[in-house]
Amino acid sequence: MASSRNIIALKSILHKEIHRFMRIWVQTLVPPAITISLYFVIFGSLIGSRIGEMGGFDYMSFIVPGLIMMSVITNSYSNVASSFFSAKWQRNVEEMLVAPVPNWVIVAGYVGGGMARGMLVGSIVTIVAMFFVDIQIHNIWVIITTVALTSATFALGGLINAIFAGSFDDISIIPTFILTPLTYLGGVFYSISLLPEFWQGVSQINPIVYMVNAFRYGFLGISDVSLTLSFAVLGVFIVSLYTIAMVLITKGIGLRS
Amino acid sequence: MLPALEISGLTKTYKGGFQALKGIDLTVKQGDFFALLGPNGAGKSTTIGIITSLVNKTAGSVAVFGHDIDQALEAAKSFIGLVPQEFNFNQFESLMKILVNQAGYYGVERKIAVQRAEKYLKQLDLWEKRNDAARMLSGGMKRRLMIARALMHEPKMLILDEPTAGVDIELRRSMWGFLRELNEQGITIILTTHYLEEAEMLCRNIAIIDSGIIVENTDMKSLLAKLDVETFVFDLKPNSAPKVLENLSSRVIDDHTLEVDLNKSQTLNAIFTELNAQGIEVLSMRNKSNRLEELFVSLVGSGQAAVDSAVKE
Repeated sequence: MASSRNIIALKSILHKEIHRFMRIWVQTLVPPAITISLYFVIFGSLIGSRIGEMGGFDYMSFIVPGLIMMSVITNSYSNVASSFFSAKWQRNVEEMLVAPVPNWVIVAGYVGGGMARGMLVGSIVTIVAMFFVDIQIHNIWVIITTVALTSATFALGGLINAIFAGSFDDISIIPTFILTPLTYLGGVFYSISLLPEFWQGVSQINPIVYMVNAFRYGFLGISDVSLTLSFAVLGVFIVSLYTIAMVLITKGIGLRS
Repeated sequence: MLPALEISGLTKTYKGGFQALKGIDLTVKQGDFFALLGPNGAGKSTTIGIITSLVNKTAGSVAVFGHDIDQALEAAKSFIGLVPQEFNFNQFESLMKILVNQAGYYGVERKIAVQRAEKYLKQLDLWEKRNDAARMLSGGMKRRLMIARALMHEPKMLILDEPTAGVDIELRRSMWGFLRELNEQGITIILTTHYLEEAEMLCRNIAIIDSGIIVENTDMKSLLAKLDVETFVFDLKPNSAPKVLENLSSRVIDDHTLEVDLNKSQTLNAIFTELNAQGIEVLSMRNKSNRLEELFVSLVGSGQAAVDSAVKE
């Protein structure tokens, strides 16, 4: 009885979340496609042709997985951060809090919504990329697993950000000052093997390096880091962030007085 | 029969030390139409917030149809429908989606939810607006939307926090009729309101809370029977030049208005006898204020006095 109720509640949150970003598709789905097209034109065609090969592939092919992953990370995070904060701000989060919805269902519903947008945008970007480069697939399962786990990780991050946020400014601070630098320094545009030894070491503590490289392995079969380590990092992040999100919602931080 | 709501020793101290509730006890019977009254900041919304788990309590217990919120929160929540004081729905969603999603949070299948949404939107005169974004509704429509939303899972207890605030009198009366019908169907209703006339007309039992303390908890008839003095206003024929009445406490307001205080041992006949003796003709007569309002003011004053005295001790 309770389990069927929870499944219906989960479907309702997912339905609401997916409907939200589909309703405003001009804001949520079109911009990543335009941005990524510009990346391909500027970094791939114009500058990339002068760079030559990287990791044994032409530069355009090398950056495609990183650019897809960048879109997935950004959209998974921002979807949950803005949606959950907006629900807090309009107080319609109370619709769920007064209902017999377990906290794990709330977390799963919002994270599922973030993953849906992240992966839909990732698919759109992949389709756009096909106009610029012949996409090859080395291991489809690595691609699917990596994109799903990365999307879940950043959706959880967006949820935690929204729980703590007190204003709309607060949900842009983490993406601007932490997420974007980590993504740009996460091996999207270069192989970390090009860096001096010291900066290679520093890059090892950037979790996005593992996500981008695992994803790139799925497409090209090359990676700067071990695949096993990449999945371990993703696993640790998901478990840690899920635990933090559950504790915060259970305690009612930012939600209950 | 288990009470619909049983509150015992409930206290709430907010961060910063403000004590909103100071150990209240309250019981609401199943099927009751119950008023929770109190001035702003008395603790009404905090009490409702704790019952509906939007506010964490500091101490005490709350049980809804026998389900303690500490041990069986989800079961307790499933009995409650909440109409909050402030609009708290997604302003950009359509009415239909708001209602169907809300039902889903309670485990109501989508097909059934759509049927119920149609039923309540029609009953509350919102059907024509079903596909509009909620922000397009008027204030009264938004209030009705929140009532429809609270009913989507067919709760056994409906809690309404100031449901008719800012609603015009015609709409207010139609909402009263709707709430009466729900109560007749067996739904327990707990109402907070600033319109004391509303509480007097609708509710059978009442609790008055002031400064976090329940200062009165009884049935409406007993409460009104406590009223010692009622003030009547007489509109007289113009230029009547009334004088104060002998043996009655009265005041001449102007040459065609007279106020008379009447205690329990006196009758209206005594007033008319004296007015007849003065040869004054009465055009109309009314209560100076709502009876419950007078009691409320006196009780709330005593509640504050009790708090002040406790603080001094």
